[in-house]
Amino acid sequence: MTELYSGDFGEHAETRPTALEADGLGKRYRRGWALRNCSFRLPAGRICAMVGPNGAGKSTLMSIAAHLLAPTEGTVELFGRPLDAPENQGRIGYAAQDKPLYGGFTVAETLRLGRDLNPSWDQAKAEALLAGGRFPHSARIGSLSGGQRTRVSLAVALGKQPDLLILDEPMSDLDPLARHELMGLLMAEAAERGTTVLMSSHVVAELEDACDYLVLLADGKVLLAGDIEELLDAHLLVTAAVTEDGTPAELASHQVIETRRNGRQLTALLRPDGPLPGGWHAETPTLGELLLAHLRASGVPALLTDEARPAAAAVAA
Amino acid sequence: MVDFRIDRRSGVATYLQIVQQTKQALRLGLLVPGDRLPTAKQVVEATAINPNTVLKAYRELEREGLVAPRPGLGTFVLRTLAHEEAAPDSPLRAELAAWAARARQAGLDRDDVTALVAAVVDEEFTAGPGDAAGKDKGNL
Repeated sequence: MTELYSGDFGEHAETRPTALEADGLGKRYRRGWALRNCSFRLPAGRICAMVGPNGAGKSTLMSIAAHLLAPTEGTVELFGRPLDAPENQGRIGYAAQDKPLYGGFTVAETLRLGRDLNPSWDQAKAEALLAGGRFPHSARIGSLSGGQRTRVSLAVALGKQPDLLILDEPMSDLDPLARHELMGLLMAEAAERGTTVLMSSHVVAELEDACDYLVLLADGKVLLAGDIEELLDAHLLVTAAVTEDGTPAELASHQVIETRRNGRQLTALLRPDGPLPGGWHAETPTLGELLLAHLRASGVPALLTDEARPAAAAVAA
Repeated sequence: MVDFRIDRRSGVATYLQIVQQTKQALRLGLLVPGDRLPTAKQVVEATAINPNTVLKAYRELEREGLVAPRPGLGTFVLRTLAHEEAAPDSPLRAELAAWAARARQAGLDRDDVTALVAAVVDEEFTAGPGDAAGKDKGNL
């Protein structure tokens, strides 16, 4: 087998085709809007972390992208075409958070169903994912533990050989060993086939090594989207000794996301605009610091990198 | 072949850890010219890191002239970082071994010897011209 990319991958990010593009996406349930005015672009070949507090709209957005839920407003495009375009048939693999599999089916029957429903099915790949699970293929789904069901659900999603893999909290009920093994297999699949991955999780450490792209949702809106390194570089974590209360005047020209005070020491996460005042110590934040500051703050303007901005806002006029 | 070990808490960027570990393997002779580096797929399957991180590390090694990609075949080692002068049977090493034995006889323990060597190395490599000490430390 030839290696898919031998060096040029990642250098032409701006010319990469789009895997997923949401434009003004909204979903209203009876209790209110779960998602509103949600726009971002996910280039093909990226491993994207979808992060946000409970109820931020992650699962709603993923269900819409997986074409299982109709949006109230706005559009989603997959590889430059509407979700229901014939070309997009079978291009998405989706593992839902609640792992909806037939409890009465055996593992073998579940794979058989996957094979029958998907022309591009790769039985060996699905079985490779199950191999580390130490349960027989004759076991009924209903008799499996949560983590074992997760494994079957991932096997079905990857066996389809999709171009876009949508995983809603894929690792949440796996033990650390299985987590490492399955994340490794997932990354290997992405390396081999250039699969785009969109996955949600609450565990930053889990996402930090695997993901190179981020969509942060809060209150049904996109707060941050784009290449993780680029987003980190657009922020600074600054500290200084201050005497007066409130946000110091010398930070006023920068977009301050959050300030925290401990005695005389003030720590602020900001989006710098021009040089910092003297006497401030500045560092690039970690992914965890960036996420936490944005989640704690309120009324922060959204930041989308160039790559993450939808190409055309007015297509369906 | 090398196995990369990613330490998430080291504070060193992941791609840089791969660069440094490859160089270490080149210094120790674990990798020699003509050897193939593991494919991105092999590395990410074992480490569960992002494929682009591996490719970024390989591009850095390529930029430094240590490896070269051959399309469709993989990434291959071009040159070694091992010094013949530092091989197990080299005169330099024999002299150092003899010196270490004398230091021990003189009553120095392991920490004393290590500190003494570090101090002398510091003096030698900060003063002299043609100093290459900082070059391969993986400066960002």
